[in-house]
Amino acid sequence: MSFQPLHFYQTGTFTVGNRLLAEEDRTVQAEIGRTNSLNSGHRACQGCGEALGARFAIDAAMNAARGRLIAANATGCLEVFSTPYPETSWQIPWIHSLFGNTAAVATGIAAAIKVKKQKGEMGDVRVVAQGGDGGTTDIGFGCLSGMFERNDDVLYICYDNGGYMNTGVQRSSATPPAARTATTMPVGPEPGNAFGQGKFLPAIAMAHEIPYVATATVAGLHDLEYKVTKAMGMRGARYIHILVPCPLGWGAASQDTIKLARLAKETGIFPVFEAERGEVTGVLKIRRQQPVEEYLKLQKRYAHLFGKTPAVETIARLQAAADKNIRKYGLLDQEAN
Amino acid sequence: MDKPFAITLDPGSSLANHTGSWRTSRPVYVDRLPPCNKQCPAGEDIQGWLFHAESGNYESAWRHLTKDNPFPAIMGRVCYHSCEGACNRGQIDEPVGINSVERFLGDEALKRGWKLTAPTAESGKHVLIVGAGPSGMSAAYHLRRLGHRVTVHEAGPLLGGMMRFGIPKYRLPRDVLEAEMQRVVELGVHVQLNSKVENILDTMQDGKFDAAFLAVGAHIGKRATIPAGDAAKIIDAISLLRSMEGEDQPMLGRRVVVYGGGNTAIDVARTAKRMGAEPLIVYRRTREKMPAHDFEVEEALQEGIMVKWLSTIKQADESSLTIEKMALDSKGFPQPTGEFETIEADSLVLALGQDVDLGLLEGVPGLQVSDGVVQVGSNMMTGHPGIFAGGDMVPAERNVTVGIGHGKAAAKHIDAWLRSEEYVAPVKHDTAAFENLNTWYYTDAPKTVRPMLDIIRRQSTFDEVQGGLDESTALFEARRCLSCGNCFECDNCYGVCPDNAVIKLGPGKRFQFNYDYCKGCGMCVAECPCGAIKMEAEEI
Repeated sequence: MSFQPLHFYQTGTFTVGNRLLAEEDRTVQAEIGRTNSLNSGHRACQGCGEALGARFAIDAAMNAARGRLIAANATGCLEVFSTPYPETSWQIPWIHSLFGNTAAVATGIAAAIKVKKQKGEMGDVRVVAQGGDGGTTDIGFGCLSGMFERNDDVLYICYDNGGYMNTGVQRSSATPPAARTATTMPVGPEPGNAFGQGKFLPAIAMAHEIPYVATATVAGLHDLEYKVTKAMGMRGARYIHILVPCPLGWGAASQDTIKLARLAKETGIFPVFEAERGEVTGVLKIRRQQPVEEYLKLQKRYAHLFGKTPAVETIARLQAAADKNIRKYGLLDQEAN
Repeated sequence: MDKPFAITLDPGSSLANHTGSWRTSRPVYVDRLPPCNKQCPAGEDIQGWLFHAESGNYESAWRHLTKDNPFPAIMGRVCYHSCEGACNRGQIDEPVGINSVERFLGDEALKRGWKLTAPTAESGKHVLIVGAGPSGMSAAYHLRRLGHRVTVHEAGPLLGGMMRFGIPKYRLPRDVLEAEMQRVVELGVHVQLNSKVENILDTMQDGKFDAAFLAVGAHIGKRATIPAGDAAKIIDAISLLRSMEGEDQPMLGRRVVVYGGGNTAIDVARTAKRMGAEPLIVYRRTREKMPAHDFEVEEALQEGIMVKWLSTIKQADESSLTIEKMALDSKGFPQPTGEFETIEADSLVLALGQDVDLGLLEGVPGLQVSDGVVQVGSNMMTGHPGIFAGGDMVPAERNVTVGIGHGKAAAKHIDAWLRSEEYVAPVKHDTAAFENLNTWYYTDAPKTVRPMLDIIRRQSTFDEVQGGLDESTALFEARRCLSCGNCFECDNCYGVCPDNAVIKLGPGKRFQFNYDYCKGCGMCVAECPCGAIKMEAEEI
């Protein structure tokens, strides 16, 4: 187990904080003095999972780096809603890169810091690069793979909402099968994104055998903070992939963002694990397993599966994919034995 | 104009952008009424005192509890804890062991010698209380705390009323009872034992009392007309239990038959068992129809007490009883079958309910009595202004908790009446339903089982049957509380807001919404474990 829940019964360690927990066991998000890296007034939609995930991750990174952090940010939702000229929501040193080169920009910043440190002109400053799934798995993949391969000292965080959301919900290589977008089959026998396409970037990152790869969701704050803090304690190329539900692109109610992230993990659709040098070292077990329908039916992008004649076969294929994850990563307790 | 190339504006903060204007509905913090509090006949703020107990602050918990009920050590033993039946946690695993934590707090207070809070000012008014049972002593406590002079007249030789003369000591040890009674007396409550009030109006006039609260209880055992031979030994249950408190314990013989199906019948049978007799309960209906609480029946059966179901007693003789078998009709009422049976019995104890001795009320104008009990209004006042009544002598369920609740309610109304005002109870919050909770956040934790005395000692001694929790198990049990409908500062709303629109005010101060930036997504409501936030439509 990567993250150990405390033997504490009122709310366990599932809540953000708890007045009965020791200070050191509370999350960064529970602190009055948290950085609030991404401040109020940003223009993200109601219930935006990415805005939430970014604040969770960068606040934790700021905490781990004692406030000495620079972030490079790919074009995408996160950049668009946080920095309409001349305003910014960022309360940390932050630079906007092109859509595809944020990993390379971060590499450059890290290299510059290294030189300045050698010259004694500055102390240690850590570098984070961040982007959505489009900027990471599609457009910026070449730069990212290079950053991994060179083992540059950058933590790359991908906020995966499964599509290009701010431009009108187009498909990306992280869009899950059967999910409808503006650029997938709207009608026909199998509407929505095709099966057998796309990529799961955490696995590709692991194939680079970089020091640390992890996945997380906005529903597991303790786990997410644990992983960011652990990554910040390491040097070299590190990659964290955070599932961030998108009420707009997924066609979900704004209050269901965390519920959906939780269901993605509890169904097995999104495996939550960590890996060091290409080997899985820990998984977050499923606590209350649910069938995939519970996750799918809350989202309009899957509404075609639940029409007058439910697409039983398609749902079964999605369930099979979730079951495969459960087997592959040992997400259920009995399978761990 | 000292700006970089192509830059014309100074960098600004997004705080200039008040995203609160997007909102069509707003989250609002609420306090909902937990089902346990709603259920409690004594009106305890159970969730409130558990909140303190959860942090290990037992004295604060005890002080919070005793605002409503001064007898937690007694309650933690004899209350039928209907709160636990209402507990939302019962729908997750098992209800919180509220009763056992209450007992722990009560025992802790006795061990540490915590004192009740004394009144800060005297009102100059003098209230008479008749009866030193749960209801009378509860009223005495609350009236004293409100600054009134209180005098209690008790007909019996000791404090406690039915708690002493009705509840056997294996359920309520006498040192616990005495200690909690004395703690109320120490507040400056004047008690006159062995002083039966013969006429309430005379006593009030003699003592120049401004108001009176009657709580004489129901101490007269009901008799059934059973044809009996001269030598048959028939005694009523309440006299038997009362005589257990004296020097001369009653001689019952070996084969004791207890007639009735209520809690008193069980108490008598278990008492007889401990005196070395072989008790047999005779009851005219079935176990399902028995008014006694199921756990008491279960404990009695464990101790080897026999029950004869569907039977009535037709005739009592010196060493035998004639019993007629009954059958339930289609409406569930027992009907005689004409089949008779003789059983051996040295004595017969009648546990058929109790009546109220209303002698003291003769000639009181305006007073209304029906079905043998005194009628009172919702303010606990009888038809005679200034005379209030509660406990077993008014129409209500007869148990200690209800009595304590009456005492508290009456005290509030008497206090208002003495000032020529009317007490208006604050409006109750909406109930915190199970549907209001997000149970994901609570870990599974089964209820802590209280230790029980071994069966041999239960059959032969009057030692207390049910044990208490120790500190670690009491803390565990308190922390199983879901805090239904009341913020317990888990920081979820503060953490899950994508817009940082929740302001954390610090320990004990809870949170506040920043409506300048709240977009009204509702995530805080969905992720609040205890249902302490609700969405309200925005006026547009």
